Amino acid sequence: MTDSYTRTAIALHWTVGALVITALAMGWIMTDMATSPLKLEVYSWHKWIGVTVLTLMLVRVLWRGTHPPPVLLPMPVWQRRAAVGLHAFLYAMLLLQPLSGWAYSNAAGRPIVYLGLIPLPNLVEKNRELAPLLKEIHETGGLLLAIAVGLHLLAALKHHLIDRDDTLRRMLRWRAG
Amino acid sequence: MASPAICIRARSWIGPALLGLWVAVALAADGAAVNLRQSTLVAVFKQQNAPVEANFKNFSGSIAYDEAKPAATVATLNVDMTSLDVGDDDTNAEVRKAAWFDSAHYPQASFHSSAVKAGAPGHFEVTGTLAIKGHTQNVTVTVSVQPLAGAKAFDGSFTLSRKAFGIGEASWDGVLDDAVQLRFHLVVAGS
Repeated sequence: MTDSYTRTAIALHWTVGALVITALAMGWIMTDMATSPLKLEVYSWHKWIGVTVLTLMLVRVLWRGTHPPPVLLPMPVWQRRAAVGLHAFLYAMLLLQPLSGWAYSNAAGRPIVYLGLIPLPNLVEKNRELAPLLKEIHETGGLLLAIAVGLHLLAALKHHLIDRDDTLRRMLRWRAG
Repeated sequence: MASPAICIRARSWIGPALLGLWVAVALAADGAAVNLRQSTLVAVFKQQNAPVEANFKNFSGSIAYDEAKPAATVATLNVDMTSLDVGDDDTNAEVRKAAWFDSAHYPQASFHSSAVKAGAPGHFEVTGTLAIKGHTQNVTVTVSVQPLAGAKAFDGSFTLSRKAFGIGEASWDGVLDDAVQLRFHLVVAGS
């Protein structure tokens, strides 16, 4: 039994984390922007980041399935349950949130061309009735994901600063490939 | 001085007479009217390489086509620019603004054919004047004809430069292609 994450798992974790926080910030700002070329550009990058997150998450699920993460450090049962539940929720949302955004974009008549280079298939057809519903789902999902990321950060800091255990440190330790 | 009763009687045939005259003029134009419900007119613009389709919901026109004499084809199309639907209300409001289609000042776009050349069987090449937003351009389009039950379908597409028609300011060039594809499927009655 190892007490470390693999380098791949660590790299995936921090890359996805940085991308998700960026995408959430863009999503928060862009909907209120006045129509401009910059707004379209921000929307495009938001979508491309989302597609990147989805792709990395699929890799991450496969990696995690074949490379079990280290067991949780000793902690009260309620914290253990909360940690497992929050991690499961984060994994689910990091897969579903890009998908709802992708579907919303398609329903609103915007196919996604990844980085302006790779045309992606439409998940749904252009649909004026479905678009507002998917928008609602994507916005609510974004809010829930932001809350979950916030709790995840707070919990990591709590383990590091208050419990002074290895929880955060072992996600930073760059060894054992 | 005519009595009111006579006035009413006199007016009662003005309507039908005008209708008759209108039908006569329409027939003289010698083209079958475009059936809006069965036809589509789509503009496809590219936003950072992602094709976005915008439908014109309202247009009218006529096509006079004789299979035996395709070169004698005459086609006109008038497009209600306020009927453009990009897919959402915000974008629809945006494209109606002065920098784009300026629909308040230029509510109509039109195409009038000027010359037609016969092509492969079931095809012809039409040249005509396209007028959008006060700008006119000559365009040439290859059109295919498909027989339907009691009707004909005319299909084609061509690419135009939106900037040639003053559509969109230069600041958008980085995110929006100049080339816009127009695709049509026009159904007119007639065997």
